[in-house]
Amino acid sequence: MEDVLLLSRLQFAANISFHILFPTITIALCWLLCFFKIRFDLTRDPVWMRAYRFWVKVFALSFALGVVSGITMSFQFGTNWPGFMEKVGNIAGPLLGYEVLTAFFLEATFLGVMLFGQGRVPNWVHTLATCMVAVGTSISAFWILALNSWMQTPQGFEMRDGVAHVLDWWAVIFNPSFPYRLAHMLLASGLTASFLMAGLSAYRIYRGDAKRAPRLALKTAMTFAAILMPLQILVGDLHGLNTFKHQPQKVAAMEGVWETEQGAPLLLFAIPDEKQRTNHLAIGIPNMASLILTHKVDGEIRGLNEFIGEHPPVKPVFYGFRIMVGIGMLMLLVAWIGSYQLWRHNTLSPWLLKTTMAMTFSGWVATLAGWYVTEIGRQPYLVSGVLRTAEAVTDIAPGNVLLTFILYISLYAFLLVAYIRTLLLMARKAVEIEEIQPHEHPNHRDNAPLAQGAH
Amino acid sequence: MILDAHLPYIFVGLMGLAVLVYAILDGYDLGVGILLPLKHEDKSDQMIASIGPFWDANETWLVLAIGILFIAFPSAHSLVLKELYLPATFMLFGLILRGVAFDFRAKVKQTRKANWDKAFKFGSLLASFMQGYMLGMYIMGFEHSLQAEVFALLSGLGVTAAYCFIGACWLIMKTEGELQQKAIHWARKTGWICFAGVLAVCLVNPLINSSVLERWTSLPFALFIWPIPFVSLCLFVLCHQVLKRLPLQNDAGCWVPFMIALFIFLFCFQGLAVSFFPDIVPGRLDIFEAASAPSSLRFILVGALIVVPCILAYTAWSYRVFWGKVRELRYY
Repeated sequence: MEDVLLLSRLQFAANISFHILFPTITIALCWLLCFFKIRFDLTRDPVWMRAYRFWVKVFALSFALGVVSGITMSFQFGTNWPGFMEKVGNIAGPLLGYEVLTAFFLEATFLGVMLFGQGRVPNWVHTLATCMVAVGTSISAFWILALNSWMQTPQGFEMRDGVAHVLDWWAVIFNPSFPYRLAHMLLASGLTASFLMAGLSAYRIYRGDAKRAPRLALKTAMTFAAILMPLQILVGDLHGLNTFKHQPQKVAAMEGVWETEQGAPLLLFAIPDEKQRTNHLAIGIPNMASLILTHKVDGEIRGLNEFIGEHPPVKPVFYGFRIMVGIGMLMLLVAWIGSYQLWRHNTLSPWLLKTTMAMTFSGWVATLAGWYVTEIGRQPYLVSGVLRTAEAVTDIAPGNVLLTFILYISLYAFLLVAYIRTLLLMARKAVEIEEIQPHEHPNHRDNAPLAQGAH
Repeated sequence: MILDAHLPYIFVGLMGLAVLVYAILDGYDLGVGILLPLKHEDKSDQMIASIGPFWDANETWLVLAIGILFIAFPSAHSLVLKELYLPATFMLFGLILRGVAFDFRAKVKQTRKANWDKAFKFGSLLASFMQGYMLGMYIMGFEHSLQAEVFALLSGLGVTAAYCFIGACWLIMKTEGELQQKAIHWARKTGWICFAGVLAVCLVNPLINSSVLERWTSLPFALFIWPIPFVSLCLFVLCHQVLKRLPLQNDAGCWVPFMIALFIFLFCFQGLAVSFFPDIVPGRLDIFEAASAPSSLRFILVGALIVVPCILAYTAWSYRVFWGKVRELRYY
């Protein structure tokens, strides 16, 4: 049983980690595509269409990877976690069902028109299709985060004969942590997509692409990131306060607080030791954690020792939180300096161009780290206080789970390498394309040929 | 007024609809994938272009079918999927490979394109075969015996042939010239294998399941069941005759084989449904035992009644947008 539990957890973690990489990009990238398309419709400047065409290909590839890795999830609930459905299926089932009905079909169907429909439908219908896909991806995020948040902070139900029955759907969906988690994830998606766009555009410029489109995409993405990052810090703080109220043991692990303390320090670095239940080599700012979480210098933070047997493993939560926040700070710095340079001088200094390239996938690392904090932080429960992870696991032979686990991680590793290599290849190919041609102007037949030179 | 007692019927109906639509829609695009000729790049491009705007939405019907099983009949969901753990995983591998290959092939270096075409073809084959294998295991009540395995393997072949058949019929409708000729040839060959498969299931199913035999020989079920093999036979013969005459001038009737294939799928599905209803896991679990709480089913039913017609409407619209013979696919 232990083996199956560990293997099933590893397999699910591998699957969901691989899966989340792609929705994190596509949720926000699609809104950026809407922005490009609408700007094109309004200005009739073909450079917006150029940007759209490059990024719609990135979107298509990312979306396909998200879809296929998502299908596996719908099977694994049943195969590896039958206890989850038996106990809370009355809640999880309809929420997932609404995701399929209201989001999956919408995005998948309009995606066909968005990718291949231009020339077959009027321009406004194509713009509308792009917006529909964006709406679909965001609705999808709405339902899946409603379910995940309910697992963190469950309410609106009662247990009858060991099975959860819903009393109030409104309370189930809008459970206490949901608004914060949804906002936090949507902003994370915005930042991940912005840094991907900025990074790949910087790579094109670095490889000698002097066209307008990559510069425009770089400026757009950098500006979005510069606006979203402070919002993310604000929302992240609110989310943290919400967690402090509803899941104090998770916050204790995030902050590395063992004994209940008044005026707890904000630990910048430490090595938590779960055997001796203490931290080594701690460096911290005195009273800062209490100040952030309680808004009082000597506010009380309940320590892990109050939750023995009921709190998550400390190390992954503690480190994951620091990785997420660290990358967030770096993003803020790069986005603000980058936006300043781009709006002031219309170009990035060489070192910042390289830094931006290096941060192409930084959103992935921060998003994964954040999800590890919140998901591992919920352990040992699958649904806080209702269902322990160990109670939900399957009784399939461990050998079978081991086999599929090895196959999954090999496939995912291969696909991840192929994905990144293909993005870089697409960027290099785009460098070779010539600058905007006269026929790309929407009303080029009415223009005198000489007028084209202006762009 | 919908009573709680009606809910299992409604949801098994919805699930049946999702499975049927999935088998037809993803059936044709999996079939096109299996038929992909690796040596002729121009044909491959055309074939893939014919399914390009649709495959993603087609696959969503599988998620819906599994989703309804999961929502409405949770104990059946975990029972079925635990029994089919390995074949389901292999099917998912096939679907993953083909899904991503579709996008990668258009974006990688020319030298690597052929490899992604292989991934597309063999991914499609693996997914189709495993779906047939799982259907066979399901019919055999997840028995672990030699005869069950053999039947499931044959069922895998049958479903693969059926997907190839409907895929070829799709290509007859969507293409012209040399590729259309080729598709007619494929449809004729796979049509007969597919018919042999239908016949085999009709014979084996009553022989191994005594309850099915009873049903096939008792009124009123027999009235629903006996026409199925005969109508199917007539449809196959009709299809054979049509295929012999195609292509006609002005490409008249190029859509007929696909419509016939669609009806064959419909009848086969009906045959299976009548054989096992109301069991959701043959011989083990019926829809009333497996159904989840009425309040949850009502909550999702409201949404389904509003959303499913919308889904059908915009699916129809998207088929209209891409109506007619396939043109070169370009990302715009």
